[in-house]
Amino acid sequence: MVEVDVRGLSCPIPVVKTKKAMEQNPGQPLAVLTDNETSKENVSRLAGSRGYQIQVEKVGGGYRLLLTPGKN
Amino acid sequence: MNRVLAPKTFMIVAGLVGGALASFMTYLGNPANMGLCIACFTRDIAGALGLHRAATVQYLRPEIMGIALGAFLSALIFGEFRARGGSAPLVRFFLGAFFMIGALVFLGCPVRVVLRLAGGDLNAVAGLAGVMAGALAGIYFLKQGFNLGRWQPTYTAAGWLMPLFMLGLLLLAIFRPAFILFSKEGPGAAHALLGVSLVAGLIIGFLAQRTRMCFVGGWRDLFLVKDTYLFSGIAAFFVGALLVNAIIGKIHIGFMGQPAAQTNQLWNFLGMALAGLTATLMGGCPLRQTVLASEGDTDAGVAIMGMLAGTAFAHNFQLASSPQGPSAYGPVAVIIGLVFAVAVGLFMRESVD
Repeated sequence: MVEVDVRGLSCPIPVVKTKKAMEQNPGQPLAVLTDNETSKENVSRLAGSRGYQIQVEKVGGGYRLLLTPGKN
Repeated sequence: MNRVLAPKTFMIVAGLVGGALASFMTYLGNPANMGLCIACFTRDIAGALGLHRAATVQYLRPEIMGIALGAFLSALIFGEFRARGGSAPLVRFFLGAFFMIGALVFLGCPVRVVLRLAGGDLNAVAGLAGVMAGALAGIYFLKQGFNLGRWQPTYTAAGWLMPLFMLGLLLLAIFRPAFILFSKEGPGAAHALLGVSLVAGLIIGFLAQRTRMCFVGGWRDLFLVKDTYLFSGIAAFFVGALLVNAIIGKIHIGFMGQPAAQTNQLWNFLGMALAGLTATLMGGCPLRQTVLASEGDTDAGVAIMGMLAGTAFAHNFQLASSPQGPSAYGPVAVIIGLVFAVAVGLFMRESVD
């Protein structure tokens, strides 16, 4: 699976990187690694607006967001 | 708090409260259309510390310390305080300094743009257009891979430094030792009671920390990803300020004779374009930087120090505009700032893969 590591990057770069990964891998699930609440929220909002399902997993020092594209 | 209301609803409530409170502060003594302005108030703090000697703009504005301490307490309570740093701090220092030079050519930060509009000051339209143009330029660089690099976790004690600095400023504001300068006339002498300003700041700091409110990020996210979350905070802030201004009779629509404003629209626009671009490259407006610095982001702390230095230069070199218009050197400084910011955007990027 495509993994996007946005740990240590400040707003809005996590969103820019996730968006780029979505555009480069249409229809594929993505995993986004983040270490703070703000980028977790921002990436989740982006994913939600593009029809991805979001699963949040707590990992050491942050979160792993599993983004699964919708059926369309 | 965020669990009770949907995040966007909470953001709209926070924006309404923040805008209403900011306008109400002018009723309680703050300068007209300047209930809250991070650029003006940082400049007043620099003056109070003697970093510049413009006698009419020297006051330790408790709103700023309130915002910082409110955000700090909120971050602690909600477990979001995280000491970190090391993402190009020197670059952020200069971005912060040039932000302030641009803002003081316009005469206000992106928060005051909204407050000036809500007071009927049409000169702020050019300023707002500048903020948007700056954000759009920043988006261009972001899409090209611009990035100031990753931060690293650092010592918790390092993260406490900015909140302690703000606490120190607050103590100086309370005890007023002789070496702190306080304006006897002019905008610096117009202020609400210390306790009132502090409480207003604490409330705004708390709300801004919970919502991530940002007066440049709102435009950036709107253009970049059509995300209206942060923008809804700006819009609600405007509505809140407008309503209170209508009630207290402080709406005067026009260009001429507006409080702490100048009518040269080219430099209103370019000043705020510089502010919008530098803020986008830093990752947020000065309000957001103040909140981040209070959450343990030492890079944002460096940006704030750059802002303090920038306001000092703005007055020491007479770069700041006056109601008569831009100063002799202000426009040159804005152009130097734009060249610097564009260079940062162009040269500090990862190769796009």
